[in-house]
Amino acid sequence: MEASPQLVEYFRTQMRTDPDMASAVAAIRTLLEFLRRDKGETILGLRESLKWATDCLTEVDSSVAVSSGGELFLRFISLTSLEHQDLSRCKKVMEERGELFLEKISLSRTKVAKLCHTFIKDGAKILTHSSSRVVLRVLEKAAAEKKRFTVYVTESQPDTAGKQMADALRRLNVPVTVVLDAAVGYVLEKVDLVIVGAEGVVESGGIINKIGTYQMAVCSKAHNKPFYVVAESFKFVRLYPLNQQDVPDRFKYKADTLRTVSDLSDEHPMIDYTPPSLITLLFTDLGVLTPSAVSDELIKLYL
Amino acid sequence: SGLGMFSTIICGFLSPLVVKRLPEHVQVDDPAVVKRLAKKLERQQIPLRSDYGYKVSLFSHLHQYSRKAPLTQLLSIPSTVIHPSIVRLGLQYSQGIVAGSNARSVALLHAFKQVIRDYTTPPNEELSRDLVNKLKPYISFLNQCRPLSASMGNAIKYIKKEISNIPSQCKEEEAKTKLLKCIDRYIEEKIVLAAKAISKYAIEKISDGDVILVYGCSSLVNHILCEAFEKSRKFRVIVVDSRPRLEGREALRRLVQRGISCTYVLISALSYILPEVSKVFLGAHALLANGYVMSRVGTSQIALVARTFNVPVLVCCETYKFCERVQTDSFVSNELDDPDDLMVTRKGKTQLENWQDVSSLGLLNLVYDVTPPDFVDLVITDLGMIPCTSVPVVLRVKNLDQ
Repeated sequence: MEASPQLVEYFRTQMRTDPDMASAVAAIRTLLEFLRRDKGETILGLRESLKWATDCLTEVDSSVAVSSGGELFLRFISLTSLEHQDLSRCKKVMEERGELFLEKISLSRTKVAKLCHTFIKDGAKILTHSSSRVVLRVLEKAAAEKKRFTVYVTESQPDTAGKQMADALRRLNVPVTVVLDAAVGYVLEKVDLVIVGAEGVVESGGIINKIGTYQMAVCSKAHNKPFYVVAESFKFVRLYPLNQQDVPDRFKYKADTLRTVSDLSDEHPMIDYTPPSLITLLFTDLGVLTPSAVSDELIKLYL
Repeated sequence: SGLGMFSTIICGFLSPLVVKRLPEHVQVDDPAVVKRLAKKLERQQIPLRSDYGYKVSLFSHLHQYSRKAPLTQLLSIPSTVIHPSIVRLGLQYSQGIVAGSNARSVALLHAFKQVIRDYTTPPNEELSRDLVNKLKPYISFLNQCRPLSASMGNAIKYIKKEISNIPSQCKEEEAKTKLLKCIDRYIEEKIVLAAKAISKYAIEKISDGDVILVYGCSSLVNHILCEAFEKSRKFRVIVVDSRPRLEGREALRRLVQRGISCTYVLISALSYILPEVSKVFLGAHALLANGYVMSRVGTSQIALVARTFNVPVLVCCETYKFCERVQTDSFVSNELDDPDDLMVTRKGKTQLENWQDVSSLGLLNLVYDVTPPDFVDLVITDLGMIPCTSVPVVLRVKNLDQ
């Protein structure tokens, strides 16, 4: 079994070398490397150690995507592991399938962008929340198709990630305005559509995303503006929150906060849950889905 | 290979335009259908039960029977056509002694086990065909005593399939033991183990300090609450009840016996009590293919008011209760109970005693109603937690398994 600090170090290096890569992809790369270096003797032992490795990574980066990506990876490679008698051959098959999985998901952002950019019409005004690399890719594709559009980005406290998004869009020569989180209701009457990313897509068809997304969704519903979500399929997670309280604490707060602070009632949660009734469509690499179709896809992926 | 490998390809066979015949029990106002039923019952030597009392016009297409005239009074004892355990079962159904979806299915399966034990194949006949034919009059009889529930329908389909799959060279004793084992396994898997699996998922959704609202008496919901209490979750329960069945009292008795703190209200106090509630747990009689939940009358009212107060509504239902039927309202297919149940005697006076004499008065005692999927947040089944709209996917997955 590989020592835990080596694992974490590999994960952090992956994140550093390619800042455009999703944290889930980095986690899966780390798990694949872990699989290669594993010196276990039994398949069951291998599964156990992979699960332990996923838990380690979730402790470092407590996002929903890491945990969902890890679980999907495990399911994907271990579904046919029982065919071969020889452990080394099994491991080889698992590694090949892991590479295949990684290849597929690295193409997922392009697939999503291809599906979504057609929904952005010429002259559209788009509102987005915080900084999402998938949304950025979609807007890049739309700009490459010579569409003219303007973007409003919320500043997204407490880490003001919206400013990074605005800088990236300015580099694409897209007119962009940074608005306060509190100005979402004010700006919605000018806007044609709302596009946000997601950290996790839950079984009900709702999403878990940066805090402030739920507010934006409620306001969009009140203004009858379409609310689109773009997410890769490895973000589908087997969670079913009934309301905001039902989201587990390990996703709401950063990993260090959970370790150091004992009374969480003073802490600000980093994410919130948007129920499926407020979402118009989800764009994923599995296709354009309505929120009720997400459960069907999840049943196909997990059952 | 890849993520796409998980999707299965299902071949749909396009059949020519076939008009499916409506079941007889929703066409009572059509005299041709009633005549056809009478002929069928005469052939099977089962007495025809007559309707009782004035029926409200919107529901005149449904049967309305009186409990004071059970079908067994018209039978000759001992009956040559119907097995005695089926006669007993029919009486238990029509008098309301055995009530509740799971209880009725289990009683039906036990009665069928007795039938199979006492069965002997007549000469020149095959067990796989003759036994199925023997069961047909029993099912008509039970249907006359009380309309079959969706869960009973699925159980009967399963048994018929198992019987017809018995190979012809199988000896009678062997076949009978095999069938008895199948029935036991069905009860064990679909009802007992399913309840355990559902409790496991449901307990995750019960947190300390919760105030849970339940309606009527659902064996599954009671089981979940008792299990959660054993696992030391701190919660209290509000039991909502309604006339004329007052089933909530049974649920109240069961929960209080375990030591769970309960409050008891009638359904008219629902909007008063809902601000205190954190979750609503409902049982289901059947889950329809379009995601609608068929349950005891009053359930859709509770779901509607809970949605207005933004309280999550969780429906607990085993997968054997999923049926392929589609229904969007509570009128098209329902059950009318004895209208005399609505009469109430207080201080020696019964107000509606002579309701039959008043020509413009009709008493309506509905048994089921249908809740749309927008009011239900989550359905907990033995396969996991699914949204209401995913019922067709589960049906598809189940059909593939079989």
